[in-house]
Amino acid sequence: MKHLHAFGLGAAAALGMSLLSLNPAAAWEPTKPVEFIVPAGTGGGADQMARTLQGIIAKHSLMPTQLIVINKSGGAGGEGFLDVKNSKANPHKIVITLSNLFTTPLATGIPFNWKDLTPVAMLALDEFVLWVNAEKPYKTAQDYVAAVKAAPDGTFKMGGTGSKQEDQIITVALEKAIGKKLTYIPYKGGGEVAVQLVGGHVDSTVNNPIEAVSQWRGDKVRPLCVFDEKTLPYTDKIQGDLSWSSIPTCKSAGVDVEYLMLRGIFMPPGVSQEQVDYFVTLFKKVRETPEWQQLMKDGAFNQTFMAGPEFKAWVEGAEKNHKALMQEAGFIAAAN
Amino acid sequence: MEEAPHGAAGSGPSQRSVELGTALLTLLFGLIVVYGSWKVGFGWGADGPQAGFFPFYVGLIIVGCSLINLLSALREDPRVLFAEWGQLGQVLKVLVPTTLYCLAVEPLGIYLPSILLITVFMKWLGKYGWGLTAAIALGVPAAFYLVFEKWFLIPLPKGPIEALLGL
Amino acid sequence: MLDNFLNLWHGFYIAGDPFNLLLMVVGILLGVIIGVLPGLGGANGVAILLPLTFSMSPTSAIILLSCIYWGALFGGAITSVLFNIPGEPWSVATTFDGHPMARQGKAGEALTAAFTSSFVGAFVAIIMITLVAPLVASFALQFGPAEKFAVYFLAFCSFIGMSKEPPAKTIVSMMIGFALAAVGLDMVTGQLRLTFGFEELLNGFDFLIAVIGLFGIGEILLTMEEGLEFRGKAAKIDAKVVLRTWATLPKYWATSIRSCIIGCWMGITPAGATPASFMAYGIAKRVSKNGKNFGNGEIEGVVAPETAAHAAGTSALLPMLALGVPGSPTAAVLLGGLLIWGLQPGPMLFVEQKEFVWGLIASMYLGNLVGLFVVLTTVPLFAAILRIPFSIIAPVILVICAIGAYTVNNNVFDVVMMLVFGVIGYVLKKTSYPLAPLVLAIVLGDSAEEAFRQSLLGSGGSISVFWSNPLVSTIMALGLVAGFWTLISGAIARFRVAQPA
Repeated sequence: MKHLHAFGLGAAAALGMSLLSLNPAAAWEPTKPVEFIVPAGTGGGADQMARTLQGIIAKHSLMPTQLIVINKSGGAGGEGFLDVKNSKANPHKIVITLSNLFTTPLATGIPFNWKDLTPVAMLALDEFVLWVNAEKPYKTAQDYVAAVKAAPDGTFKMGGTGSKQEDQIITVALEKAIGKKLTYIPYKGGGEVAVQLVGGHVDSTVNNPIEAVSQWRGDKVRPLCVFDEKTLPYTDKIQGDLSWSSIPTCKSAGVDVEYLMLRGIFMPPGVSQEQVDYFVTLFKKVRETPEWQQLMKDGAFNQTFMAGPEFKAWVEGAEKNHKALMQEAGFIAAAN
Repeated sequence: MEEAPHGAAGSGPSQRSVELGTALLTLLFGLIVVYGSWKVGFGWGADGPQAGFFPFYVGLIIVGCSLINLLSALREDPRVLFAEWGQLGQVLKVLVPTTLYCLAVEPLGIYLPSILLITVFMKWLGKYGWGLTAAIALGVPAAFYLVFEKWFLIPLPKGPIEALLGL
Repeated sequence: MLDNFLNLWHGFYIAGDPFNLLLMVVGILLGVIIGVLPGLGGANGVAILLPLTFSMSPTSAIILLSCIYWGALFGGAITSVLFNIPGEPWSVATTFDGHPMARQGKAGEALTAAFTSSFVGAFVAIIMITLVAPLVASFALQFGPAEKFAVYFLAFCSFIGMSKEPPAKTIVSMMIGFALAAVGLDMVTGQLRLTFGFEELLNGFDFLIAVIGLFGIGEILLTMEEGLEFRGKAAKIDAKVVLRTWATLPKYWATSIRSCIIGCWMGITPAGATPASFMAYGIAKRVSKNGKNFGNGEIEGVVAPETAAHAAGTSALLPMLALGVPGSPTAAVLLGGLLIWGLQPGPMLFVEQKEFVWGLIASMYLGNLVGLFVVLTTVPLFAAILRIPFSIIAPVILVICAIGAYTVNNNVFDVVMMLVFGVIGYVLKKTSYPLAPLVLAIVLGDSAEEAFRQSLLGSGGSISVFWSNPLVSTIMALGLVAGFWTLISGAIARFRVAQPA
């Protein structure tokens, strides 16, 4: 009887809870499926992360409604950002960003700026690594840089994703550090770039770790250095005795280039603080799941998490940084 | 063209005038393409063609071939009919509701216009009874709602009525 | 080699599990629905089911997902034949003869031929994967931008010159396709071009929207002009149509083999299923003794593109598994799925995850057989759709087209674009501008230009890159031969006519 009573109480409490959640005074929760805009094509790094998030949230029931991934890749992602910008005060829409948050409006003149969106949180930062084909004789970044320096301008080919985006920005910074021109060849996706390197159609790439890790495990490509201020923390063996942590920083190899890419979440303009807070909490929960930890490890991500004013300040800094880099490289669109 | 031996059976626009119109339109299109490519640069840079290089020549070819088509259209027999007015009327019976439908999707979402479109077709062109019309006009969009939104989780455009219903 | 067969045998053991067989049927049915509705790509189905598959073993999960892929490949043919609307890009070439067959009341035959050819194409590709997987992977690695451009060039040359329309009209139509393909962001320079400041044009003109409009809507308008009915209405539907059609198919063995080879080859090179289907159709039209009748409902014109499309679609999965490069958006989502289960596609997958890989390959054999069985039973059902009166089916098709156009980019503007393409399609068809070159140009234009310019970037602007190694030279030479063939065969034909006179 006592048990039954307790059960009854529990049921009453549960009922109360559910009534409470209908009460507008309670914390905000999504009431319909949330659209998750990916301003890039299917299969890329941002898309993979978005779909992993979709899977994690569904598997652990972290949200009362579903998360739906939608790719809007037109105009280097401009299409996706414009869509979010134009969905004023719609709390059922979030967008994951790449560096194209900064580069697309600058390079194409598409009328949009990150200030048109509401920043939610930084999920992680994506690293960049300098890769060469494993059959080539360059064992270290110094070897490679020496070879580039010894050859005439434009002899060495650098493959990368897209034009006037992060890969080409790094390439230009690299050229400046070495003092020689590289021939930059743009491809559609990071996976394709890695395969072009394996096939010997380009001499080097600056792929994100997750895009090239499988080729590395198969001993087809070799990492030379990482474009970060310190070496990566992941010590699991990947190829032979090597792990992500065994890759030296480019700075230590005499190439003073650092670049990290934002993997962050933004919402449309005009949403309430409460709605932003909901998603911040949601992604905090996501970060604790084993699947997320695995993704971070596989892709050797920098796991910095930020939200609120701290995040906003970071984005402001990153925008200035990109503007300077792109101005220097001559990537800013002529007035159009 | 073989399809046009309707001859003098009825009246309607001539094949010749439609051919002329089409050639003029493709000519205009070609000029727009040439202009657009010229704006982004159509030269051959140090490392291969610029963004406008291919579209520029594509546009020029369109212009050139449109002129050829224009000339050959001028030589055509003006008595051959494109279609009779009655036939074009038939086409308009579909085209006008469909145009209204496509324009209505933006403000009203996809569901309400779909119901109306099916109703118009079945009542006006098919002369079916209200029962069958209502069943299909409501049933088909409902089925799409289930398949797309509930099953494949693809949100379709929605308007104020769906918002009222809280869908 | 023997090792492969042992592994495969073990794979059959895994894939033949009753639960896995059930998953196959579910996956195929779902895939067919996806294939039928334009705009609903295999990627949607795979993406939606991905979360559901977390509770299964990776092998079961990938069986379910890859069967959606098979189902979509099969299903793409259905709307092409029945309504002239290609549900998927690779079934455009199927409409050329499939739809005229349906109009003559032979929808059942066309569907049976399409499904059976798909099966044959896929089956041959799987056998190839089983036998020479590692070889194929290293072959695919040799494809840089120059080789890719050569493949597009070859596909184009094998297809053009097939129309009896005036050459100036054919060229205009093709060039309009190229121009439309160029709209949007130029990948190589990162510049916007031909958008004239319209945000709607950022994304360019998607191939599916053009095709839904030109073929689907244009067809409805043509039908209206000729009176309110689909001419396939008189079709007699009987269950034996499948057997009757099967009896006629062996005649086309040469076309089948040729299309299988084209398909397998195009699938391994990164060109993919759509150009493969066009190329197979173009070559069949030239080689076949019924070639003149192509476009008027020739069953061989259904066999050729369907076989090639499926051979290509299937063999395209191999580079994905062995190299980690997806050949299509659907394959890309499958790739994402593999990653979530901790399976890294790439050179090590075949070594470290033997059980998974061979389970998947075995499931390809079984999945295709199951798929063929499932879709063939639906033939009479689908053929019966043509008996529904036009004034009911037409608005439903229009709604399907609108939804299809919208879902391509989730953009309402595309619905209006589709209608514009529909009117253009109607007028162009009435003024004898061929539509096929336009569509092919939209499909290949962007990728071909991109590959061309990547090659030139790599070579420092020197055109000689297209003759720089045996592989690229051979493909380019084949392309030139195919291109000139039209001229030569035209001259020979004229010569022959002149002789007896």
